[in-house]
Amino acid sequence: MGKTLAEKILSNSSDTDAKTGDIVISKVNLVFVQDTTGPLTARQFMESGIKEAAQPEKTILFIDHAAPSPQSALSNDQMFLRQFARQTGVKLSDVGEGVCHQIVAENYAKPGDIIVGADSHTVMAGGLGAFATGMGSSDVAIAMALGKTWFRVPETFKIQLVGDFCMGVYAKDLILHLIGKIGADGATYKSLEFAGEAVDRMPVNDRLTISNMAVEAGAKVGLFQSDKLTRDYLEARGRVHDYQPLAADSYAVYEQTIVVDLNQLEPTVAKPHTVDNTATARSLKGTKIQQVFIGTCTNGRVEDMALAASILKGRKRHPETRLIVGPASKAVLLEAIKKGYISTLIEAGAIILPPGCGACLGLHQGVLGNGEACLSTANRNFKGRMGNPDSFIYLSSAATAAATAICGEITDPREVL
Amino acid sequence: MLKGKTFKFGDNISTDLIVPGRLAGLRSNLPELAKHVLEDADPTFASKVKKGDFVVGGSNFGLGSSREHAPLVIKMAGVSAILAKSVARIFFRNSINQGLPILICETSLIDEGDELEVDLAAGNIQDLTNGRSLTFGKIPPVMLNILNEGGLLPYIKKYGDFKL
Repeated sequence: MGKTLAEKILSNSSDTDAKTGDIVISKVNLVFVQDTTGPLTARQFMESGIKEAAQPEKTILFIDHAAPSPQSALSNDQMFLRQFARQTGVKLSDVGEGVCHQIVAENYAKPGDIIVGADSHTVMAGGLGAFATGMGSSDVAIAMALGKTWFRVPETFKIQLVGDFCMGVYAKDLILHLIGKIGADGATYKSLEFAGEAVDRMPVNDRLTISNMAVEAGAKVGLFQSDKLTRDYLEARGRVHDYQPLAADSYAVYEQTIVVDLNQLEPTVAKPHTVDNTATARSLKGTKIQQVFIGTCTNGRVEDMALAASILKGRKRHPETRLIVGPASKAVLLEAIKKGYISTLIEAGAIILPPGCGACLGLHQGVLGNGEACLSTANRNFKGRMGNPDSFIYLSSAATAAATAICGEITDPREVL
Repeated sequence: MLKGKTFKFGDNISTDLIVPGRLAGLRSNLPELAKHVLEDADPTFASKVKKGDFVVGGSNFGLGSSREHAPLVIKMAGVSAILAKSVARIFFRNSINQGLPILICETSLIDEGDELEVDLAAGNIQDLTNGRSLTFGKIPPVMLNILNEGGLLPYIKKYGDFKL
């Protein structure tokens, strides 16, 4: 019988003939935590009685969520993580390096890898063909200690992508549309496997945006094939040796196939307070926005900075709309500076945050006031997410965000392109 | 046999509603964090919940972040089990790893404040208030073994490895 991407990768990593529904024990190629889940993980690791990390060079502690720290309790947590790294010899990615998922994509994830992270958006590395999934601290602590974990091989939904994006429509609009269609629990537990001729033309940065949000439909992983474009991405980062081609069998068995025609998509926005509460950007015209946030692991890459800068060039943000920009990593920030995007954005009225999670999780760097609304390029708009349960979060592409920053209300980017 | 009173919540109770990100500074001070459990969904919950009580949710309970602090503080508050129509994947695994039973059942048949008796071994929920008897979905054997040891850490401490 043919295998889905999930079955293929898990067969290889568990050294079994893994089929949907099987329970397998799988080796793990990369384990990581971040500063809000890491301290609990480190304490559980120490409590497990296993003294050493199975693969210290493949275990990473990222300090990205509160970076730099806004309060002493979090600073103390970060000191604890640094000390844990020194004691165990695991790697540390400290303040200023950027968001864990972006750095994993840039420097670590390989097609066919098994990656577990104590952060739900670990799924992003599926854009490079890695079976990557978020887990809690206990699971990650044990994966750190043993170099393996257990999985149930998930059923797969094949998401067949056809056609091309129209002007003003991007990967973010596609994934928001899909989640709106199947619901925030529409793919609970499943593997989402993105396939079809449109994938063959889709650059890795777009694949990463889509995989990143697989968890917002409840999915365990969001997987893409590994192909020439994957190779190009790895080669550009000096990692061509990490490349291997990877594709599902043409006769693989899927629980469901959903076809999405990219030509039919419009700029899409998720309204408060769930990601599946979607509408077209144009239908929300008139919705006043006090803060626009462009950044995060979902849309904080160079391509997003370029897109925002191209729209904001020679223009100014609306006087009643703050514009906050957070490049996802140091590499992104450096490239965006070199290409002039950062000065364009600053001239348009943007505030540039250090590489990291920034305002996304409501700790600092853009907490909303009572009754305020933010349009963000992040992945989540739950009540209270940006630090205030009495505020409202809308999600969109970087283009819709830039257009909205200019007009001060939700704006279809085609109006300003 | 678990016995207690129910606290009902709606659909899509996210980890941000259970332990909001803005309180990340309390995550190394769990007793303090536990005082805020489910605060953004029901500000009175933490002061009213008693040992043995049940959290009863709708669909997609626990969606969002991987923060294991969420089931951890629900357990610390004294809750003996979570009941929901459906549960987000990471939260489900985290609850079991914390030794907190999480049961899939038709929660629309249970009301706020009902007295329940839950027999984990028999797979049965008795609503003593309305007299209804409910069953819950089977917990997969691998997770039941972890739950029976009180969570993943006690399980690994006992066996030193995964024994499937």
